[in-house]
Amino acid sequence: MPSPPQPPADRGQQPPPDQGEAISVGAPTATATPPTAEQVIAGLRATTEGGEDLVQLLTPEGERVHHPQFDIEVTAEDLRGFYRDMVLIRRADREANALQRQGQLGIWVPLLGQEAAQIGAGRAMKPQDMAFPSYREHGVAWCRGIDPTELLGIFRGTDQGSWDPRETGFHLYTIVIGNQCLNAAGYAMGQRFDSRVGDDDGEATIVFFGDGATSQGDVHEGMVWAAVYDAPVVFYCQNNQWAISESVERQSRVPLYQRARGYGFPGIRVDGNDVLACLAVTRWALDECRHGNGPVLIEAFTYRMDAHTTSDDPTRYRLADELEAWKLKDPIERVRVHMVREGMADQDFFDGVQAEADELAARFREFCVNMPDPGPERIFSNVYAEESPVVAAQRDEYLAYHASFAGGEH
Amino acid sequence: MAAPTLDRTTSEGRPATQTVPLGKALNMGLRAAMERDPKVVILGEDVGKLGGVFRITDGLQKDFGEQRVLDTPLAESGIIGTAIGLALRGFRPVCEIQFDGFVFPGFDQIVSQLAKMHYRSQGKLKVPVVVRIPYGGGIGAVEHHSESPESYFAHCAGLKVVTCSNPVDAYWMIQQAIACDDPVMFLEPKRRYWEKAELDTEATPDPLFRSRVVRSGTTATLASYGPMVRTALDAAAAAEEDGYSLEVIDLRTLSPLDLDPVFESVRRTGHLVVVSEAPAESSVTSEIAARVQQECFYSLEAPVLRVTGFDTPYPPSKCEEEYLPDLDRVLDAVDRSLAY
Repeated sequence: MPSPPQPPADRGQQPPPDQGEAISVGAPTATATPPTAEQVIAGLRATTEGGEDLVQLLTPEGERVHHPQFDIEVTAEDLRGFYRDMVLIRRADREANALQRQGQLGIWVPLLGQEAAQIGAGRAMKPQDMAFPSYREHGVAWCRGIDPTELLGIFRGTDQGSWDPRETGFHLYTIVIGNQCLNAAGYAMGQRFDSRVGDDDGEATIVFFGDGATSQGDVHEGMVWAAVYDAPVVFYCQNNQWAISESVERQSRVPLYQRARGYGFPGIRVDGNDVLACLAVTRWALDECRHGNGPVLIEAFTYRMDAHTTSDDPTRYRLADELEAWKLKDPIERVRVHMVREGMADQDFFDGVQAEADELAARFREFCVNMPDPGPERIFSNVYAEESPVVAAQRDEYLAYHASFAGGEH
Repeated sequence: MAAPTLDRTTSEGRPATQTVPLGKALNMGLRAAMERDPKVVILGEDVGKLGGVFRITDGLQKDFGEQRVLDTPLAESGIIGTAIGLALRGFRPVCEIQFDGFVFPGFDQIVSQLAKMHYRSQGKLKVPVVVRIPYGGGIGAVEHHSESPESYFAHCAGLKVVTCSNPVDAYWMIQQAIACDDPVMFLEPKRRYWEKAELDTEATPDPLFRSRVVRSGTTATLASYGPMVRTALDAAAAAEEDGYSLEVIDLRTLSPLDLDPVFESVRRTGHLVVVSEAPAESSVTSEIAARVQQECFYSLEAPVLRVTGFDTPYPPSKCEEEYLPDLDRVLDAVDRSLAY
């Protein structure tokens, strides 16, 4: 069995310092310092305030409601498909979390709680569309046909993204917060320059980022560029309430979707735990873009039910009560309840999805523990499209040095 | 900028050899690249209607349209970041950073995304972006308009860094940089924009990533690049009057460095002075000194000496004549090397 990789450098590796008056000076504390009052209020407020503008088609209780602008028709088969998507990607996510705990992954970035936000958006995309993810978009990757095993290399340390972004329409994960918003805006400008915008077959781009990223200059600049060049790009912000330990109140005075007004394009807040609403709003936004009416900002109001990463410790900055409140809004459970109530799925269906999830988890785990470590030549490969003699010389020298030890194996 | 002097014409009636300033040569090179490849687009602040603050893109938007020459919003991270997105879609963007000191808002996109995209995708993604930067001092400018940021980029794996010193190289190198599948930082010696040379657009150019001996000599070697090549050549001309024969090498490429001509020269002369107006510490000149002592240890008659700007911020422009290496400082270093 290969030795587990060391965790990559990450903000989450070291828990952030405590805030304000909660800092205890002197003797080290045996247990984590509790969240500040400010943090608790901010977190609990997020459980009750979606705001009156929140677009919702399926309530947390599984009741189908209607919206004057964004209503869509979905069949029972569609709903069963979304349910299956969400259950399977949650299962892969939980398995990856466990693999990290067992030393098989250096780190994992959980998507728990954000399944609807990602499956809704991912299923709204057409094959010709392009997605620029951050690093938590495992559900969108799933919708783009990327097998969850292909995500593992990044977190095990065997590669930095193994899939082909051009074939899948899904760019590599971007870890520097917000960088991808500009890359997406540029890509979308290219879609327009290539005259691929203007009808039902037009192309569109969607870029994923979080509430914390909205403070980054690149997100602002991406929105400026997209606006002035009429770029067909959907800015899809998953507001999961927490940027590691910082609440949304640390990022903005106004609800995030309202920022779009300042750039001159529509901003919509959608229930990010409602897969139907996410699908409907994203489909509308992508269609606006492909017809030449972009850009659009979507704020998917959701919740990060797990830690920022496996290196994070949320007990230091938020109360368990908050998580319990959000469990009542679970994105998968409301679909299940709705389907049962409406007779859209029977026990055989749920059992089948469960069995499929078990198979996926087993295959995922098997794949992970058998991933080979790259050899030392990997360090030097593909630094440039046109090889650098400097890198080539370093490679040759190091591989010769490395080979000098191989003789000792006789 | 002065109109080019026409000397002779090709069979198609176009002038083949013209006397042009460096800035105009860049303009001609950009035009040739845009004519050759419809995917070449130019992005920058004031590059369209104005033709750039140095007029390097003069007339290009008028002839190629607003979709090929983009007057962008004023944000350098935006220029680089959107150029990356365009490149991912098959375009070959040429970014103009208005002045050296303004590249730093775009530094994150350059080092985090542009430099690493090919590597992290293991060649599945190419980002053939050229970032043009007018750099260096000597024009009496205010702060942030006279800097030499080349070492930051030369230190960054995944980028290639080149700099032209004369109109002929300017014309060819910008076209070669645009044709290169790697990201290229293209540094333009702004104080030399108005220097003229005869340019033959039918000639066969040297490869992009090669340095070149621009003056042969036997007494000592001067290695330089960009704006300081002219200074080194002037020093060599002055030294000749004193009976010294200085060899001058124009490095042209700073990453990857092409030092074989330097090694060959130093093995003959035994003396090397490296000339650059950038600060000395942890710089391109440091790298050259390290590599030369490694490759030419037994040939060296003296330590490698450097004539550079100082390890200070770029000073107020009334001090820049003292800050920038000049002929006398170069010859003083040659004297110290020969007297060692």
